[in-house]
Amino acid sequence: MDLIKHVEKEHLKEQIPVFSPGDTVRIHFKVIEGNRERTQVFEGVIIKRKGFGLSESFTVRRVSYGVGVERTFPLHSPKIEKIEVMRRGRVRRAKLYYLRELRGKAARIKEIKR
Amino acid sequence: MEKGILAKKIGMTRVFDAEGRVIPVTVLEAGPCYVVAKKTPEKDGYKAIQVGFKHARKNSFNKPLSGHFTKAGVAPLKFVRELRISDLDNYQVGQEIKADIFKAGEYVDVTGISKGKGFAGSIKRHGQSRGPMTHGSRYQRGPGSLGSIDPARVFKGQTLPGRMGGEKVTAQKLKVVKVDAGKNLLLIRGAVPGPRNSLLIVKNSVKAI
Repeated sequence: MDLIKHVEKEHLKEQIPVFSPGDTVRIHFKVIEGNRERTQVFEGVIIKRKGFGLSESFTVRRVSYGVGVERTFPLHSPKIEKIEVMRRGRVRRAKLYYLRELRGKAARIKEIKR
Repeated sequence: MEKGILAKKIGMTRVFDAEGRVIPVTVLEAGPCYVVAKKTPEKDGYKAIQVGFKHARKNSFNKPLSGHFTKAGVAPLKFVRELRISDLDNYQVGQEIKADIFKAGEYVDVTGISKGKGFAGSIKRHGQSRGPMTHGSRYQRGPGSLGSIDPARVFKGQTLPGRMGGEKVTAQKLKVVKVDAGKNLLLIRGAVPGPRNSLLIVKNSVKAI
């Protein structure tokens, strides 16, 4: 296992903000269009985090014009410029798949108050 | 074959390329290997180098075998395999072969013993399709017809259930993603045959461009 960690080490990001399912985040993601590069922001609720090490990934869900959109990002992808945690949510599940069936007011998540 | 090396399969993971794309890789610990003997056309009738991998306790070898290693001037090695190398002049007995004989971007063939699947049916073993599960079919995963009744026998090569896996398999034309000369690691794109910790032979690809 140690040799695998050695291989993964150089690709791992050092600074990753603490976030967990239920949190609302903004993902600054680099997009290449032809030969132009620009940053796209995807804001939504984290509905899952899975895997470990370099293979760890997370899924962000947002409802855009009434249509649910989910995007899964590799956590250590060099295409992710920045992860901004906007709001920390209080949830009792690790995977928030139940949000897919909920609309509007019911799909709200309570904020953790500090 | 120009070059080859013995390796141990460490496991799979993924890395990112320059564009940030995910590449699935298998990590191999390739070498250090040592040339134990050379087979020449004059003496043996064919060209090959005998290569050893992984040092082992001296006590685990009998006298003839330890003598063979002493003659080559190398410490006793656990795995010894022959590689059919076309140009023998590049290798001397006792020479060390390391992972840096390969470069990133090259294509290799990887040979190993595939994972044993036990006694497998013809769907898993030969890729046959199954019958309908419902509508009174009563025939789900069987091997099907064994042929006409006229020859009064079953022809050789009929696809039937039996032992699957645990045989020598070569995965051809796999790309070397990265070479770590310091730790003797090879990163190969995709999967290679066999379970983790098994012995593999990595050669330059016969299909290389």
